[in-house]
Amino acid sequence: MSSFSQAQMIEFNRLVARYPEGKQKSALLPVLHLAQESFGGWLSAETMDYVASLLGVEPIEVYEVATFYSMYNLKPVGKYMFEVCQTGPCMLRGSDSIIAYIEEKLGIKPGETTLDGMFTLKTVECLGACGYAPMMQLGKHYREHLTSEKVDAIIEECRKNAAMNN
Amino acid sequence: MSEQQLFKVTIDNITIEVPAGTTILNAARKIGGDVAPPAMCYYSKLQGSGGKCRTCLVEVSKGSEKDPRPMPKLVASCRTTVMDGMEVKNITSPRVTDARAGVVEFLLINHPLDCPICDQAGECHLQDLGYDHGKAGTRYEFQRRTFHKVSLGDYIQLHMTRCILCYRCVFTADQMTAKREHGVLDRGDHAQIATFIERNLHNEFIGNVIDVCPVGALTDRTFRFKNRVWFTKPVDAHRNCPTCCGEVQLWMRGDEVFRVTARKDEWGEIKDSSDGKTGWICNTCRFEKKHISDWVIEGPSNINRHSVISQGHYVGVEKPAETFEKVMDGRKPRYFMDIHNVSEVNRPDIELSLLDGPATAKIFDEPQKDNK
Amino acid sequence: MKLLLEKAHIENIRLYDVYRREGGYRSVEKALKMTPDEIVDQVKRSGLRGRGGAGFPTGMKWSFIAKPEGVPRHLVCNADESEPGTFKDRYLMEFIPHLLIEGLIVSSFALGSNVTYIYIRGEYAWIVDILEQAIIEAKNNGWLGKNIQGTGFDCEIYVQRGAGAYICGEETALIESLEGKRGNPRIKPPFPAVKGVWDRPTVVNNVETLAAVVPIINMGGDEYAKIGVGKSTGTKLISACGNLNKPGVYEIDMTISVEEFIYSDKYCGGIANGRKLKACIPGGSSVPILPANLLLKTAKGETRYMNYESLSDGGFATGSMMGSGGFIVLDEDQCVVRHTLTLARFYRHESCGQCSPCREGTGWMEKILKNIEYGKGKMSDIDLLWDIQSRIEGNTICPLGDAAAWPVAAAIRHFRDEFEWHVFNPDECLKRNYGLAHYADERALAV
Repeated sequence: MSSFSQAQMIEFNRLVARYPEGKQKSALLPVLHLAQESFGGWLSAETMDYVASLLGVEPIEVYEVATFYSMYNLKPVGKYMFEVCQTGPCMLRGSDSIIAYIEEKLGIKPGETTLDGMFTLKTVECLGACGYAPMMQLGKHYREHLTSEKVDAIIEECRKNAAMNN
Repeated sequence: MSEQQLFKVTIDNITIEVPAGTTILNAARKIGGDVAPPAMCYYSKLQGSGGKCRTCLVEVSKGSEKDPRPMPKLVASCRTTVMDGMEVKNITSPRVTDARAGVVEFLLINHPLDCPICDQAGECHLQDLGYDHGKAGTRYEFQRRTFHKVSLGDYIQLHMTRCILCYRCVFTADQMTAKREHGVLDRGDHAQIATFIERNLHNEFIGNVIDVCPVGALTDRTFRFKNRVWFTKPVDAHRNCPTCCGEVQLWMRGDEVFRVTARKDEWGEIKDSSDGKTGWICNTCRFEKKHISDWVIEGPSNINRHSVISQGHYVGVEKPAETFEKVMDGRKPRYFMDIHNVSEVNRPDIELSLLDGPATAKIFDEPQKDNK
Repeated sequence: MKLLLEKAHIENIRLYDVYRREGGYRSVEKALKMTPDEIVDQVKRSGLRGRGGAGFPTGMKWSFIAKPEGVPRHLVCNADESEPGTFKDRYLMEFIPHLLIEGLIVSSFALGSNVTYIYIRGEYAWIVDILEQAIIEAKNNGWLGKNIQGTGFDCEIYVQRGAGAYICGEETALIESLEGKRGNPRIKPPFPAVKGVWDRPTVVNNVETLAAVVPIINMGGDEYAKIGVGKSTGTKLISACGNLNKPGVYEIDMTISVEEFIYSDKYCGGIANGRKLKACIPGGSSVPILPANLLLKTAKGETRYMNYESLSDGGFATGSMMGSGGFIVLDEDQCVVRHTLTLARFYRHESCGQCSPCREGTGWMEKILKNIEYGKGKMSDIDLLWDIQSRIEGNTICPLGDAAAWPVAAAIRHFRDEFEWHVFNPDECLKRNYGLAHYADERALAV
């Protein structure tokens, strides 16, 4: 059973302290983000039960919330997740081609992960970068004005980073 | 508290006085009949319910005496309180009937048409709603949304495909039980009632979710495929139950108790029991007491709900003053025949309500083989 | 004229010292010497209207807040910017975060909120760091915390991250989400001003609205009201995107014409790649799309301006809305059906699933649009689509139902011939090339 480290517990307490007495459930969204970052990029049932016990709520309340919001991954994902926007403004600037290019390049369809567990491709709805379209989210940051060359460079960069960390 | 203020409200040209704070829907229910808007998600015994299904939309043609402006949009009558002098149009407004037909269509596009094999058929609110407010035919030409069937323990079957997401069962679990174990997962048209990790629902009052479910999404596993509700006769009965009020309705055929439910009023909601509280019943009463000897029978219950199950029972029938003998000039009537001599159907040695699972042809065949 | 972004390009304006040197936090100094009611009055006089999309007068919203004895009140900043075409709040928070913090302190003081939350969309993860850094700096310099500037006023600001749900931009859904629940909008009444977060009186305002409080206090409400025209006072951030030469965030006073905004080099610099303007959604994806002729001139032939009244001139028949200021431009090569399909998919994806017209209707519309776009549509589908949107509009708990219905309605209203072309030319629908030819197949739209 995984549990938060001491540093993560400090962060947890900082998050909970923002809300009035007895309203600690309010910290659920930020705590789930913390849990997802801490336990391999996704939320297992075990992780969610752990969060429920920390906040003193029923597990079902955590499942309800985790399944509602699109940023929580309920299945394991690749090391690098390409979340490519496909909504109107990005479509106008050619996001369809970008998605097709990534599909071809990595040999996966949206929602799938490469066999080596490196990349997951996900199509998402508007991320608020319409003026810098087409774009994708990679980790914490946005990659904007995408072209096929830029996608190549991003994939290369991810592979290099992964090799360095190993 | 000071004496409660009364507000005058006119619904479909009928004026009544109701206490301040009453919703339009409850005011209309006081008038009754067709004036009461249909409600698929609102349940007066469950706090916070309502507002979601949009079948109870009504037109407010006059806001109040003080502010007579009409409300621009149709409002959910279950969550809108009356104002003094308010005028409401329900069935007298073409806007309302049109919008309601739209809502019925939306509710039906993904609902399976499996009424012939659905245990809820005959007491299904969506069936009634469809007949009363819907249109014949469908314009939906796509594959319907489906889910796998799930057993939530030995007693409750979840058939999510039929669910209309009224949230009543979630409110029931929240308010009736100490620990809610099921809820609404996912969102939008993928939203579903579930437990996430397959789990059995425990809690001794959880069986009430079957009674509040307006459709056949939550059904009683001890009654599944045993009989059609309109073939069974509702009987009021009670027992001395340590956990609940013990006041129930038995659904019987002959001497067999097929199903036990809470008693319901004309809106399909659970009635108050004799102690004045809502008559929720416990799992033991509902699922375990299937012998007529477990119960004290009070008499046939009067189903005043507008539904197929209100048909064909013998309430109010007067016993003729003359006996058969008198009518037949002193001859005693004879039985024409004993049905069991000529038919294998409904054999007295098989008590259907006690079968562990659905009643299938196999069950009727097997004892026969033993005899041979 | 620029009031909000005037200093956004100064180097290191994100840092407190630079921001303060450039005149930052003067409005707080001024406001703390006023009474809360005086501040509300100044905002009322300014004519400021909510910049999130609905355009409700901010001063009036503030005056509705209930003040029961002994119950804390809260101000919540809505930074859950998710309307397709809108990215102005992101720009403001990313480049000049202290402006928002400054506006929040003044507004918190006016409303009596001792604990104020910024609810920011989860995807803007790096902006959370920028805002939290700004909050720490403000606190270290005595603008937040206990007894601010010796006035006895206490205020804390916390940043709460969402997790990917457009619906949380609706104020009651945002409150639910802030309470750690699913983002299901509440049924109103009660309104947040009476029962909001944790049942306490709450005001929810957009980022840009709260930032605009800073110039209002600095220059006075009456002066602010002189900028702009009619009921469109002050300046507005417009986020322009689509097929433009210079997409981006522009601050305008609401007196310039739509034509100037699109074609002038000061703003968007015309349509990209020498193409012609076909259509435009002027206020974020949910407002009606307008064809070029109705965009530049109203039905009466008058010039259309970038303000609340002019953009909505003609109602939904020939006009649109200012909305959130997400200005999406389509050039002559773009397909309105495909664009509408992506929007329908967006709203289906973002529907919370609580009420039936929206839950079932958005999915149905997407399926029909997909059929039409991929050459499988029928003429009757167009009328059916119209009928479905009309039954969603106005019949849902929250405005997401309307937001899903309007783009479909307007696309059919103004571009019906394009829908019919799809029905009559099924083969050509599939052959059209969106970048890579093989992409025109259904898995592209896998749910």
